[in-house]
Amino acid sequence: MVLEYKVEGGDFTQAGNVSSSVKKVLKQLGINPVVIKRVVVALYEAEVNIVAHAYRGVVTATLDDEGIRIVLDDEGPGIASIEQAMVKGYSTASKEVREMGFGAGMGLPNIKDNADEFTITSKVGVGTRLDIYIHYV
Amino acid sequence: MTVKEVVEKMGLKVFSGEKGLDREVLGGYTSDLLSDVMGHAKEGEIWVSLQTHKNIMAVAGLKDLAAIVLVKGLQPEEDTVAVSNEEGLPILGTDEQCFEFTGKLYALIHN
Ligand SMILES: Nc1ncnc2c1ncn2[C@@H]1O[C@H](COP(=O)(O)OP(=O)(O)OP(=O)(O)O)[C@@H](O)[C@H]1O
Ligand SMILES: [Mg+2]
Repeated sequence: MVLEYKVEGGDFTQAGNVSSSVKKVLKQLGINPVVIKRVVVALYEAEVNIVAHAYRGVVTATLDDEGIRIVLDDEGPGIASIEQAMVKGYSTASKEVREMGFGAGMGLPNIKDNADEFTITSKVGVGTRLDIYIHYV
Repeated sequence: MTVKEVVEKMGLKVFSGEKGLDREVLGGYTSDLLSDVMGHAKEGEIWVSLQTHKNIMAVAGLKDLAAIVLVKGLQPEEDTVAVSNEEGLPILGTDEQCFEFTGKLYALIHN
């Protein structure tokens, strides 16, 4: 099963919608609740990063027999140093975004903690791609 | 303990999401950082916060939290209330500040 969603940069009123939809599907399929929780945390953070830091993106979730692969591809400023971006507490979020309680610099670390596989590639001035895999067990 | 019992024992205001007042409360988590709550709060916890915008509902819903409590007399925004009612996930309120309220809630839940 392949699910595809679009995410608009800057539109915080829609943030979390992709995660909610995927959560519903996984619940209907009877996936282990512990696994659903991990998917939800990783996907939410990745989705919000497109909203907060990029212009627009596409989320593709592919369910196979062993797990779920989620690829988030965005058009945006990209990340100059992925190593730095992965540090807990590092954030370039604007003041407005921080006042909403985003921008703690914990999103990427949360994704890493909850994913079995996590690859991030980025090109400055072009965009960022996250590839996450989470096993059902 | 249910959300309703917490409301009664602590004299909380119920802004919205009345359908969810019978949810079971398993603990609490106090934070104003969304990705902190996303990463560390657990199912069934009451989330104590200063944040009033719609994104708190997305986080609370995705994490299956029991309810949200806004401190210091803060009020939820209109679109936050709408989602709370749709999902039956209560938003509650207190005039107390974070420290006092969290302490009392901790004592109530852990006794
Ligand atoms: N999709 C993206 N496009 C461009 N930059 C990104 C993207 N995702 C993350 N970043 C960069 O990496 C930094 C760290 O990301 P991370 O998700 O850990 O924290 P944050 O989004 O700033 O805050 P939080 O997730 O805690 O609300 C961001 O501040 C931003 O500079
Ligand atoms: Mg983030």
